[in-house]
Amino acid sequence: MSPTESAPLLTVDQLVVEYPSKKFRAKPFRALTDINISIGRGETLGLVGESGSGKTTLGRAILGLAPVTGGKISFDGKDISHATRRDRRVLSRDLQVVFQDPYTSLNPALEIGDILAEPLGVQGMEPAAAKKRVKELLDQVGLPADAIHRLPREFSGGQRQRVAIARALALSPKLIVCDEPVSALDLSTQARVLDLFLQIQKDTGVSYLFVSHDLDVVRHISHRVAVMYHGEIVEQGPAGVVTTDPDHPYTQRLLLASPVPDPDRQEQRRADRHRLLETQRMQHEQAGALA
Amino acid sequence: MNNSSEEAAATAAAAAPATAIPAGQSGTVVRSTVIRRLFKNPLGIVAMTILLAVSLLAVLAPVLAPFDQNYANIAKTLAAPDSVNILGTDSAGRDVFSRLLYGAQLTLLSALLCAGVAIAIGLPAGLIAGYYAGKFEAASNWVVGILMSLPGLIVLLTIRAAFGPSVWMSMIAFGILISPSYFRLTRTAVQSVRNELYVDAARVSGLSDLSIIARHIFSVVRAPIIIQTAAIAGVAIAIQSGLEFLGLGDPTKSTWGVMLSEGFKNVYLNPTLLFWPALAMALTIGGLVLLGNAIRDALEDGEKIKPRRTKAPVTVPVAGRAAAPAARPSRKSVAAVDPGTEHHLVKVTNLGVGYPQADGSIKKVVDDVSFHVDRGEILGIVGESGSGKSQTAFSILGLLPDNARIVAGSIQFDGSYTVAPGEEHVSQERLSKLRGRRISYIPQEPMSNLDPAFTIGNQLVTPMVRVLGISKAEARKRALKLLTDVGIVSPERTFNAYPHEVSGGMAQRVLIAGAISCEPDLVIADEPTTALDVTVQADVLDLLRELQQRLNIGVILVTHNFGVVADLCDRVAVMQNGRLVEEGSVRDILRNPQEPYTQTLLASMLEGKEPMSMLVSTGQKEPVA
Repeated sequence: MSPTESAPLLTVDQLVVEYPSKKFRAKPFRALTDINISIGRGETLGLVGESGSGKTTLGRAILGLAPVTGGKISFDGKDISHATRRDRRVLSRDLQVVFQDPYTSLNPALEIGDILAEPLGVQGMEPAAAKKRVKELLDQVGLPADAIHRLPREFSGGQRQRVAIARALALSPKLIVCDEPVSALDLSTQARVLDLFLQIQKDTGVSYLFVSHDLDVVRHISHRVAVMYHGEIVEQGPAGVVTTDPDHPYTQRLLLASPVPDPDRQEQRRADRHRLLETQRMQHEQAGALA
Repeated sequence: MNNSSEEAAATAAAAAPATAIPAGQSGTVVRSTVIRRLFKNPLGIVAMTILLAVSLLAVLAPVLAPFDQNYANIAKTLAAPDSVNILGTDSAGRDVFSRLLYGAQLTLLSALLCAGVAIAIGLPAGLIAGYYAGKFEAASNWVVGILMSLPGLIVLLTIRAAFGPSVWMSMIAFGILISPSYFRLTRTAVQSVRNELYVDAARVSGLSDLSIIARHIFSVVRAPIIIQTAAIAGVAIAIQSGLEFLGLGDPTKSTWGVMLSEGFKNVYLNPTLLFWPALAMALTIGGLVLLGNAIRDALEDGEKIKPRRTKAPVTVPVAGRAAAPAARPSRKSVAAVDPGTEHHLVKVTNLGVGYPQADGSIKKVVDDVSFHVDRGEILGIVGESGSGKSQTAFSILGLLPDNARIVAGSIQFDGSYTVAPGEEHVSQERLSKLRGRRISYIPQEPMSNLDPAFTIGNQLVTPMVRVLGISKAEARKRALKLLTDVGIVSPERTFNAYPHEVSGGMAQRVLIAGAISCEPDLVIADEPTTALDVTVQADVLDLLRELQQRLNIGVILVTHNFGVVADLCDRVAVMQNGRLVEEGSVRDILRNPQEPYTQTLLASMLEGKEPMSMLVSTGQKEPVA
C-alpha cells in the first residue's frame, strides 16, 4: 500500500478547538491552536505528545466529540467540521475509533456479539447478515467464535482491545482514529495488538490516526509523525526522521527521555539527555538575555 | 439476561485458566449471579416469602374471603373469633378476616400506583437531565427543589379537602411529591456514565440519543430503581395508612389504614381489631425494606467467604526453640531467622499468597517466590499485570487485603521475621513498627495517594512528628529541605499548596520526599513512573537514583518497563503467573535471558525493531483466558 496518493483522505486546516470556561465571562480554554495535518489513503499518521498536549482532543474533534471553534476538517472531499448527527451516521461507515481504555470502551452489560452488531444495526443491516459479519470480524481480530455470547469482563485487556478494534472494523471504514490503543496493555499484548493493526492495514488499506505518548510505538507503526506540544503541532515529517533525528527541542527531549532496555546504552542515553538539557537551558538563557 | 447461559459462561471462564496454567497461580474465581445470591440470603428469602404470601392473599381475596368487605351483621358486633368469623368482627359487625384480605388488595395497589407515578415522572426526567444536562437540568432542579420543600402531609390534606376521600387521588399526589427521589437517583447514575467511552463509541457509530439512552444508559439505573421502589412502596403504605388513621380515608372501602382507625376507636372494647391490620402492615413494609436490602446486598457486596478455621494453632516453630533454648517460647516470641541470612535487608523465602474462595478452595496469586535485597541495592521485579508482582510487594509491606492468606513461606526484614514460617497473616504488630520508619512506599498513582483535604506540607510534617518524635517546627524545616532535595524549585510554595494545585510529576516528587522523610532502610516503589509523562519519568528516575546512592538504601522497584529496569536496577526478578521465573543481574537478564518467557517479553520491546515489521508471529489465535 503506497502511502502517498493524489488527494489526501483527511485534511485538517487551521483547526482551533476551544472549550467554554465555567466561570462567567472568562476567556474560553483553547485546547488546540492552528492545527494542520493530512492523512493519505492507507497511510498512518502518528501523533505523539505528553498528557494535556491536546493530541486526544484532535482525535475527538475529527470524530465530532469536541467542539470545532475555527478552521476546517475535510474527510474524503467533504467538510465535516460541523457535521450533524445524521451526517455522522453516514460518516460512521468510513470513520471509526478505537479508544485507549478497553475497560470502559465496552459496555459491561452487553454481550460481545451485541457490541459488535451495534454499528451494523445502525446502518440497517439485517440481524442474520450482521451475525455473519460479526463472526468474520472475530476471526479477523483473532478471537474465537464463541466469544459472541460472552461479556466483556470475561476477557483480558488485550482481548477487549481486539473487540474494540473489531467494532471499529465492522463497517470497513477508511480511517480509524486510534486514541492510545495500546498504552493500557501489557508489553507482550501490546506487541500482538500492534501486529494486528499492521496486518489489518495490509489487508484492508485502512488509514490510521494513531495517537500515543510513546515515541517507540509511534515510530513502529507510522508512516509520518506529528509532534504536539501545548496544543500546537511543533514538528511533522516522515517517521524515520522525526523519531530519530528531530529538530524541535521538545521532540529531542522526548526522544532521549525514553529509556532503552540495556544498562550501558541507557547510561549513555542518560548522559546524552543531561547534556541536551544543559544545552537547551543555556540556549534558553541566551535567548532570554537577548530579548 | 438468561440466567443459565450466564452461569455457563462464568463456569467456562472460570474453568479455562485452571486448565491452562498447571503451576503458579492456581484455583479459580467463583462467581454467582445476582438472583442466586438473593436466594442464598436468608433475609431475602424471608422477605420474598412474606411479600408473595401477602400478594397471593390479596389477589385471591374474592375467593378466600367468606364475606363481602362491607357486609355488616348488626347482631354480631365486636365478636370474638369463632368458626364463622375466624378473626372476629368489628364494631359494625363486619368480618375482620374478609376486610383484611380486601384491604390488602387496595393497600398494595395504591402503593404500586404511588411508585408507578413517581417512576413515570422521575425516571424520564432524570434520564434527560443526566444525559443532556444544560437548561433542562437547571429547570428540573428548580422544580425538584420546590417539590422537596413542600410540606408533604399538608399538601395531602389539601388534596383530600379538594378531591374528597379517594385513596387513588392521594396516592397520585404522593407519587408526584416523592418523584424527586427517583429523579435524583437517575440523574446521578446517568451522569456517572454519560462520559464513558462506550457512550462515545456509540455516538461515533451514529446511534441516536434515544437508542444510546435505551441501550447503554438505562441498564445502569435499573438496579437502583428496583431497590428504591421497594423502599418507596413501603413508605407509600405507611403514609396512606397514616392519612386513613387520622380519619381521612374512604369509609366505604376497606383498607388496612381504615381498619386501623376503626380498631383504635374500639381499642378498649376489642384490642385485637388494632392488632391484625397493624401486623399486616408491619409484615408488608418490613418485607419490602428487607427485600430492598437483600437486592442491594446481592448487587453490591462481593462474595461472603467464611474463613476456614485452621485446625492446628500457630505455634512457635522448632527452629525458634533451638535458636533460643534459654528463653521459654512465649506466645509473642518470634523465631529467629536462619543463621547466615541475617545480613540481608529483606529476604523472601518460598512465599505463597492466596485468597479463599466461596467454595472453600484457595486461589493462589503468588507461589513459591524467593529473593533477597541487600542494603544499597535496587532489585527490579518485572512482570505483566496479574503476575503477582504487586501482591509480593504488598506482603512485604503488610498491606495485603484482610482476606488474603500467606499460604506458604516466610519474609524476614533485617534479621527478624515479619512473616515467620507457618504464619497465615502478616503480623501487623511487628510491621507497624517498621512501616513508615524503616520500610516506606512509593505508589503508582501520585494524585490518589495524597489527601486532597490537607496541604502537602501538612501531609509531610505529620508523619515525621509522629514517627521521629520531633517538634512541628523541626519537621517543617526538614520537609522544606526534603522538597528541595527532590528537585522542587520553590519548596515553600509547594509546601503550602493543596495536591490539586501541583502537577502529577510534582506530586510524585512529593511522595518520594515523603517516602524518604523518616530515613528508611528499604523503599518499595510500585510502578513509580507509570502514570507520568516520559520526560517527567526520566526526571523522577534520575531523582530516585541520586537519592538511593546518597542514602544507601535498599529499593524494590516493581515495574513492567525494561527501560526503567535498565536505568535503575542492579538485579532483576521476572515474574509470571505468580511464580518467579528468572532472577539475575540486570546485564545477564536483559542481554542473555534464559527463560522463554523473559525472551518473549524482551522481544516485545519496540526499541531497535524494524518499523512496520511484525513483532510476534501472526495468524495464531490468542489463547482465551
